[in-house]
Amino acid sequence: MRNIFLFIRRYFNLIFFLFLQGFCIYLIVTYSKYHHAAFSKTGLEVSGYFSKQYNEVEYFFHLKKTNEDLVKINERLLNAQRQNFMQPDTASIIADGPVTNDTLEIHRKWLYRWAKVVQQSTVNQSNYVILNRGTSQGVSQDMGVVDINNGVVGKIVEVSNNYAAVMSLLHKDSKVSARLFKSPEAVGTIVWDGKTPNIVQLTGISKSAKVVKGDSVVTTALTATYPPGYLIGVVDEVIAEKSTNNYLLKIKTTVNFYNVQMVMVIDNLQKKDIEELENKLKKKTL
Amino acid sequence: MSSLVKNIVRFALVILVQVYVLDSIHLHQVVTPYLYFLFILWMPFKMNRTWQLVIALALGLTLDYFRHHPGFHAAACVLIAYLRPFLVNLFIPQEGAETNYEEPSVKSMGGIMPYFIFVAVLTFIHHGWLFLLQAWQFGNIWYFLGNTIFSTAISLVLIIITELLFVRKQKFRTNTI
Repeated sequence: MRNIFLFIRRYFNLIFFLFLQGFCIYLIVTYSKYHHAAFSKTGLEVSGYFSKQYNEVEYFFHLKKTNEDLVKINERLLNAQRQNFMQPDTASIIADGPVTNDTLEIHRKWLYRWAKVVQQSTVNQSNYVILNRGTSQGVSQDMGVVDINNGVVGKIVEVSNNYAAVMSLLHKDSKVSARLFKSPEAVGTIVWDGKTPNIVQLTGISKSAKVVKGDSVVTTALTATYPPGYLIGVVDEVIAEKSTNNYLLKIKTTVNFYNVQMVMVIDNLQKKDIEELENKLKKKTL
Repeated sequence: MSSLVKNIVRFALVILVQVYVLDSIHLHQVVTPYLYFLFILWMPFKMNRTWQLVIALALGLTLDYFRHHPGFHAAACVLIAYLRPFLVNLFIPQEGAETNYEEPSVKSMGGIMPYFIFVAVLTFIHHGWLFLLQAWQFGNIWYFLGNTIFSTAISLVLIIITELLFVRKQKFRTNTI
């Protein structure tokens, strides 16, 4: 017994060092699995606060560009207004089904909330974008995030009271269902190989599909995170995989991840219903 | 300024510079400049070794929380903090230099070469271990090798610039107290 204590005293630093290394590796492994460690909420809150302070200075230099973007969006929205279109004769409207048009609020599926980016990264192999909105402002996990030019940014994986961490498309675990704009039947998955920022890969497109360089890649209706039809990017390079019957497409993203300033957080208001349905289905099969 | 206050200010400075200046520099995807671990290299000689490990862990975790993936930098920091006293013993020129000077620098290590080798070895170990852990998670051996070599080179250049810009005055103290 005495020898054990002597041993521990003699090699205390080594044992302590090995213990700390083990602790770090434990953190890496658990965090890779579950995306949010037990005490990272506080971490997000504190680092978010500092990033916000820094961003208040940095944002000043982007004001010009943000202003231009806002004017462009206003143009798009003005063009989409109903008064720009000729109204058809009201008598010719065909009533289809029992859905009433005036109770719009009940049938709303997607709700948009603006958010300001306070920190973004592209240097890691798992990149996050930090937003200045959290649970207090109605943001919760698994919501989709798009930028103001309708390009997909990513999905929220971690929320604290006032900040949210978005797993951007430039993340090794990011998987987004996507299709080609011109051939809607070609549905695949967007992943990132961790090499070049702003270039992601679209996998799972079979060689029978018509693939053109320069075609747009958009989100599908298969996910509950993003509304269908949001831009992910443009086909930059087409590579035929030799071992499989699939293409590997390199996609230039619509969002410039080096500089995202304003984004929209998209809430799927019908997600609860879908989840309930899935749970019922699971119970039935059991 | 007392040693404690100086080190607290230094801790905050290296983290802020790393997160808001160096992390937003996009040289190349393979090259990531690091400077924050200079805090560990500059820790006082006299500090308790257990405390050195704890402080290194705190430094690494702080940076990790800014990058939202805890563990990687903390592991690398703890490793170099553990190896640092051995290297100091190896490179320090004469017996008792640790007691005459406060912390490692060109002057206290007795010349540019020993200090530079001391810094270079620890930088290489830090980067190697950091990128090895990342390669274990993400799996790409060539990416790992390129990353380690180029990032070490860039970090060393940055450290030399820092040493030239911010000259640390090292008082010679005799151990007659």
